[in-house]
Amino acid sequence: MIGLSHYLTVAAILFTIGIFGIFLNRKNVIIIMMSVELILLAVNINLVAFSTALNDLVGQVFALLVLTVAAAEAAIGLAILVTYFRNRGTIAVDDITLMKG
Amino acid sequence: MAATLFFYLFAALSVASAVMVISARNPVHSVLFLILCFFNAAGLFILMGAEFLAMILVVVYVGAVAVLFLFVVMMLDVDFVKLREGMANYLPVGGVIGLIVMVELALVFGTWTISPDALKAAGAPAPAAGVSNTAALGEILYTKYVYWFQASGLVLLVAMVGAIVLTLRHKEGVKRQNIAEQVARTPATAIEIRNVEPGQGL
Repeated sequence: MIGLSHYLTVAAILFTIGIFGIFLNRKNVIIIMMSVELILLAVNINLVAFSTALNDLVGQVFALLVLTVAAAEAAIGLAILVTYFRNRGTIAVDDITLMKG
Repeated sequence: MAATLFFYLFAALSVASAVMVISARNPVHSVLFLILCFFNAAGLFILMGAEFLAMILVVVYVGAVAVLFLFVVMMLDVDFVKLREGMANYLPVGGVIGLIVMVELALVFGTWTISPDALKAAGAPAPAAGVSNTAALGEILYTKYVYWFQASGLVLLVAMVGAIVLTLRHKEGVKRQNIAEQVARTPATAIEIRNVEPGQGL
């Protein structure tokens, strides 16, 4: 029988893969943002798993809010990326430190 | 039995495609694996009984966010091979940190229990049988949590305005309509009367 702990395990593995992806692709902003999406997906799986296990719908409402914020974050991040690429012709993360004051 | 089988199918596929997202050579493949991962996560949500969130995941993530990623990856002419240089250097550090996170999660995972008070403190108890997940979610989302709903709408509005402001640029040399200027035109500014001598022209 599949219970709460099975879903939490999947979410934990996805979360770790997301963290690992950020470190593995240190130069590529696009993959880093995809890793962040993976992390948020893991969080959502956790929220929904607890919501069903505890018979409480608030978890699903909160997962909905997390989804909204993730969509907004992706839109803004990609917009910044496009603007940065237009100005510099590359998306390497290392060069972004040039912006420091 | 079928639920167990489907759980392992969805879980294995989502984990495998998540691994491919971070390790694929081509970013376009990464985005496509991300879409596969979202689809399998939606399958997990359906198994958990959260159908509405599963559909939202497919519509919002696959239909909007992943396609947005796909547009950007294809639109930017980036040398992705160059960006992969030095990936082997980051592998040990990333591996250690990933391992630490995994061990921490496993430690939490092995010891926690649900407090009996938590069951009593449920903010919105799940509905009785017969009410669908979507209807139950709508009933609390538009009543008890309506301010949160509005706030998330505001977040989306601000994100939309921000994305437009960041990417909009006015090209030089493109003729545009200036309505204020058009409305402000009078005969005095629009017409010029010349006195033309006969047989001379202007």
